[in-house]
Amino acid sequence: MSDNLIEIRDLSFTYGQRLVLKGINLTARRGQVIAIMGNSGCGKTTLLRLIGGAMKPTSGSLKVDGIEMGRIDQDALYQLRRRMGMLFQFGALFTDMSVFDNVAFQLREHTDLPESMIRDLVFMKLNAVGLRGAHDLMPSELSGGMSRRVALARSIALDPMLILYDEPFAGLDPISLGVTGNLIRRLTDTLGMTSIVVTHDVQESLKMVDYVYFVSEGVIEAEGTPAEIKASQLPYVHQFVHGEENGPVPFHYPAPDYAADLGLAA
Amino acid sequence: MMQALIGYIRGIGRRTVDRVWRMGVAARFFLLVLLHSGTSFRRFHLIIREIFTAGVLSLIIILVSGLFVGMVLGLQGYETLQTYGAEESLGVLVSLSLVRELGPVVAALLFASRAGSAITAEIGLMKATEQIAAMEMMAVDPIARVVAPRFWGAVISMPLLAALFSAMGVLGGYLVGVVLIGVDAGSFWSQMQAAVDFKEDIINGVIKSVVFGIAVTIIALFEGYDAPPTAEGVSRATTRTVVTSSLAILGLDFILTAFMFRGV
Ligand SMILES: Nc1ncnc2c1ncn2[C@@H]1O[C@H](COP(=O)(O)OP(=O)(O)OP(=O)(O)O)[C@@H](O)[C@H]1O
Ligand SMILES: [Mg+2]
Repeated sequence: MSDNLIEIRDLSFTYGQRLVLKGINLTARRGQVIAIMGNSGCGKTTLLRLIGGAMKPTSGSLKVDGIEMGRIDQDALYQLRRRMGMLFQFGALFTDMSVFDNVAFQLREHTDLPESMIRDLVFMKLNAVGLRGAHDLMPSELSGGMSRRVALARSIALDPMLILYDEPFAGLDPISLGVTGNLIRRLTDTLGMTSIVVTHDVQESLKMVDYVYFVSEGVIEAEGTPAEIKASQLPYVHQFVHGEENGPVPFHYPAPDYAADLGLAA
Repeated sequence: MMQALIGYIRGIGRRTVDRVWRMGVAARFFLLVLLHSGTSFRRFHLIIREIFTAGVLSLIIILVSGLFVGMVLGLQGYETLQTYGAEESLGVLVSLSLVRELGPVVAALLFASRAGSAITAEIGLMKATEQIAAMEMMAVDPIARVVAPRFWGAVISMPLLAALFSAMGVLGGYLVGVVLIGVDAGSFWSQMQAAVDFKEDIINGVIKSVVFGIAVTIIALFEGYDAPPTAEGVSRATTRTVVTSSLAILGLDFILTAFMFRGV
């Protein structure tokens, strides 16, 4: 068993004509928490989907637990996904089930556990995200941040070896944010999981992750441990860590001249 | 000029190819649903749930419409039959119209707009909110878990609803013909019993409603599953479900009737 759970080499991906990821190299060792940061639209969600096998790389190699995802067949993919959890950017809770049933979903689909044990497991997961009391609410009765925490509980229901988190901190208040950060760290350490966290929250993630990748325009612009990132003099990293508008990262989607669009050009 | 003509013909060609392509995809989808039906029968409570949402919740509209259609048949039928002095045959006219045609067809049309549109909207929204993608990420096949139970729930509900529609229609015909107008109750029922054949009429009616049920449900499921994951995409898909399945019901009805009652 290799030390690396995820190995990505020279990965590229296109949506139709559009090259979204180019020449990505990324490694995640077992037991690590890896952060992927980058400006909006740079391809972070796309990268997570590729790791989850929802799409196949256009070129390059992407290995999860030694399995090449570009050539995996449906059965093997489903087998692998039983050991993978994914937290979707917008929660993606099943709206026709209660919070309890959402968290119990995989336990019921993939195990033959008796209902009493499922109940205990679900309450444990919900307790970990602080929402045990909300177990009989429907997803429509939850706030955005609560939905995300339920989705987090759901994604860890089967104690997977790998969890992909798409912006777990978005929409959380400072308390839940800290708790969620600690939870991700603790799950990873105690259960020997590996976590890939896509996030915009530089301060929170630098506290808890082992390694950071910065993505910009589909390429990895910088990488390093939190200490290296904090000390980095790279203009890109500096701009991101300090949240400055001016720097190498364009705030604007590529556009023609502003004055011309407003009809002010001569 | 020439250019525009060529462009126009190209457009027709492309649209035709697109349609045929989509039909192929839909047929493949139908096969997949059948292949993945095993799970839903082993976990029958999933189907029961869908029988409730598709069938039981459509009861009111089916029952009320059936009653009114039957009452109108009673009125109109009486007017016509009376000119030939054959008002005793009102029961035959009402029941045959309902069991052979109106029951399966009108119930299926109502079912398409009540349950079919709901199925499309629900599945389309599940897709738009990434619930389908999330299910796939949890190694659960959405065709087996979401689509197949809905298919069977609706297909089982359809003939039952059509039968109830016909029964309510007969009741409506009785209320108007016998209770209101005063046709003889004995001949109303006895002529009906004599004229309606179990195999010819009832079974054929049931076959029709099963076929319509399959057509409506697969169209509704496919439109939902294939809808672009946006609000606009889902709303268009819902409209298409109602339009396409109504046309499919009427077209299939013509074909089935030709085979069943004319022996073409
Ligand atoms: N289904 C799709 N079809 C075509 N292009 C897409 C599709 N999904 C995303 N894209 C494009 O791919 C690029 C990367 O999208 P992605 O969702 O990975 O960004 P992201 O880094 O997750 O952004 P955010 O931080 O805002 O979530 C975007 O520019 C987007 O326009
Ligand atoms: Mg994203």
